[in-house]
Amino acid sequence: MSTTTLRDPTAETSPTRRARLVPPPSLDGKVVALMDIGKSRGKEFLDRLEGHFKKAGVATRRYAKPTNTKVAPVELMQKIAAEAQLAVIALSD
Amino acid sequence: MPDSLLSPDLPRDGFVIVAKRECHTCELIQPVMQSLDREAALTVFTQDDPTFPSGLRHVVDDHALERSFHLGVETVPTLIRYAGGREVGRTFGWDRAAWVELAGPAAAGEGLPAWQPGCGSRSVEPGVQEILIARYGDPGLKAREITVGEWDDPIEACFERGWSDGLPVVPPTDDRILRMLGGTDRKPGEIVGLIPPNLAPCTVEKVAINAVMAGCKPEYMPVVLGVVEAALDPLFVLHGLLCTTHFSGPVVMINGPVTRAIGMNSGVNALGQGNRANATIGRALQLIVRNVGGGLPGAIDRATLGNPGKYTFCFAEDESDPDWEPLAQRRGIAAGKNAVTLFQGEGVRGFIDQKSRTPEELVRSLAMGLWGVSHPKLVDAGNAILVLSPEHYQIFKDGGWNRRRLEDELHQALKRPGRDLIYGAHGVAEGIPAKFADRMIDKFQPMPDGVLIVRAGGPAGLFSAIIGGWPGQRVSTECQAVTREIR
Repeated sequence: MSTTTLRDPTAETSPTRRARLVPPPSLDGKVVALMDIGKSRGKEFLDRLEGHFKKAGVATRRYAKPTNTKVAPVELMQKIAAEAQLAVIALSD
Repeated sequence: MPDSLLSPDLPRDGFVIVAKRECHTCELIQPVMQSLDREAALTVFTQDDPTFPSGLRHVVDDHALERSFHLGVETVPTLIRYAGGREVGRTFGWDRAAWVELAGPAAAGEGLPAWQPGCGSRSVEPGVQEILIARYGDPGLKAREITVGEWDDPIEACFERGWSDGLPVVPPTDDRILRMLGGTDRKPGEIVGLIPPNLAPCTVEKVAINAVMAGCKPEYMPVVLGVVEAALDPLFVLHGLLCTTHFSGPVVMINGPVTRAIGMNSGVNALGQGNRANATIGRALQLIVRNVGGGLPGAIDRATLGNPGKYTFCFAEDESDPDWEPLAQRRGIAAGKNAVTLFQGEGVRGFIDQKSRTPEELVRSLAMGLWGVSHPKLVDAGNAILVLSPEHYQIFKDGGWNRRRLEDELHQALKRPGRDLIYGAHGVAEGIPAKFADRMIDKFQPMPDGVLIVRAGGPAGLFSAIIGGWPGQRVSTECQAVTREIR
C-alpha cells in the first residue's frame, strides 16, 4: 500500500494539520467522562481523579472498555458523547 | 526528448522500440526487432506482456508505462535511435523506408508489407495520461497537498477535514483534477472570482477540485464555471443568500445545446434524483461555497430549516418545442447559446390541476397556487419559478398562448384586492399594512422576473411545480435572478 495525496479544495486559510478542539474555558455545568480502558491500575487512577473532580464540584461519569485489546465499541463512544462533554482516558499501566 | 544518459535502460548508441503485444503491427514486425537486435544495441519496452517480443536480449517490462510516458510515445511500435546518449531520430508504425533510413538494412523486414499503421500507445489511452502525469510528471497544480495515511480511507479523510456536504465526496487526486481541468480551455490559475462569505479567490483549479469532489465529469466544467460566475454576479447576492435564516439556496437552470451534449435531464423526474449532470453541477457550486468560501451551515449559513436543494438543485429546460421561448432567451441570451440562470429559491411545491382544459382556467388556477409562495397573504416576499409540465404546457399551446401571453395573463391573475391581504383579514394576523386595503395588489415583481417560467418534466401528469424565491428579491435593483451565457 502507499499513501494517497489529495489536493486541498479550500481557500487554504487554515493549517493542513487539523486543530485540536479548544478546551472549554470552564468546567462549570460540564460532565467529565472517566474511561477505564482496562489496563492495570486504571481504576485506581480514575478513583483518584474522580475524588479531585468531586471536590471541585465537577460531575463525572465512569465508563469502561470491555477489553484493553480492542478499540472501544461504537455504542460506548456514542454513550460517552451523549452524556459527557469532556473525557479523561486512563490508558497507561 | 529525455537524454539517454539519465536512464540506464536506454542505449548510448543504439535503438529503443516501444511495443505492445495487442498491437498487430508490433506482432508483425517481431522479425524486424529480432534482426535489429542481432546487429545493434536494442532495448524494447513492452507495455502489456513482458514475454513479448520473444528472442531478444533486452526486453524491459513497461507495464507501469513510466518509460513510455517519459519517452513521449503516442503510437506503437515507435522506433527511436540514440547516438552519443541522445535521441537523433524516431519513427512510428511500420514504414519500411523510414525504418531502414533510421536503422539500416537490418530493419528492412523482408517479406513484410511496405507499410502498416501502428496502434495507440497504452500511455495515451483515455484517462491514462493524467495518471502518468500525476505519477511520473509535474501536474502543475498549485493547491497544497494533503497526504492521507497509508491505512486511512480517503473518503473518510475528506469527511474528517470538513470538505463534505454530508454525502461522500470523490477524493480529489491529481489525476482526477487533471482530467477535470481537461474539460476547459481556461488556465488553472485563472481567478474566477471571490467566493463569499470569506471572499476567497477561487481559481479554475479550485473549481476543478470541487467539481471532482462533487462527482462531475470533465465535460461539465464549462457549465460549472458558468454557474460559479453567475453566482458571483453582485445581483445574485450570494453572501446574503448564504446568511439567511430563510429556506432558499441557489437553484440552477441550464439552457442551450450543452444540456443535450452532457446528458442533463429536463424530462421525467427533472427536479429529482438520478441524473449525474443535474446532481453534480448543482452540488459543485455548493461545495465551492462551502470549501473555498467557507459558507458552513450553522456558521455563516443561518437557515432555520434550509431545504434539500441545498445539497444540489440543478436542472435543464425542455427546449424540444420550437414554439416555446426558452427561459434564457427570454432573459436576453441569443438562441442556440448555452446559458445558466440562477435563482434564489426554496424547495419544490407540487401544483395539481387535473380539471382545467383552457388556458384561461389554468392560468387562474396556477395563480392560486402561486399565491401560496411565502404566505397566501404576503406579497413582495420573493419571486417564484413556475416549472410547467408538458401536459399543462399543452393546454396553453393548444389555446394559442405563447410565453409572452402566458406571462401577461399570469401577471393579471396574480393581483388580489388588498382587503383580502391586510393584517387580520380572514382572521389571520399575517398580511400587509391596512393602508393597502383599497388597492389591487401584485403578488410578485413585474414579469418576466416575477415568475420565471420554465418547461420541464415527464410526459404524463397534469402537475406543475412552484419554487418559491427569497424575500431579498423584493428590492429588484439589488437582488434578482441572474442569467449568464456559458463561455
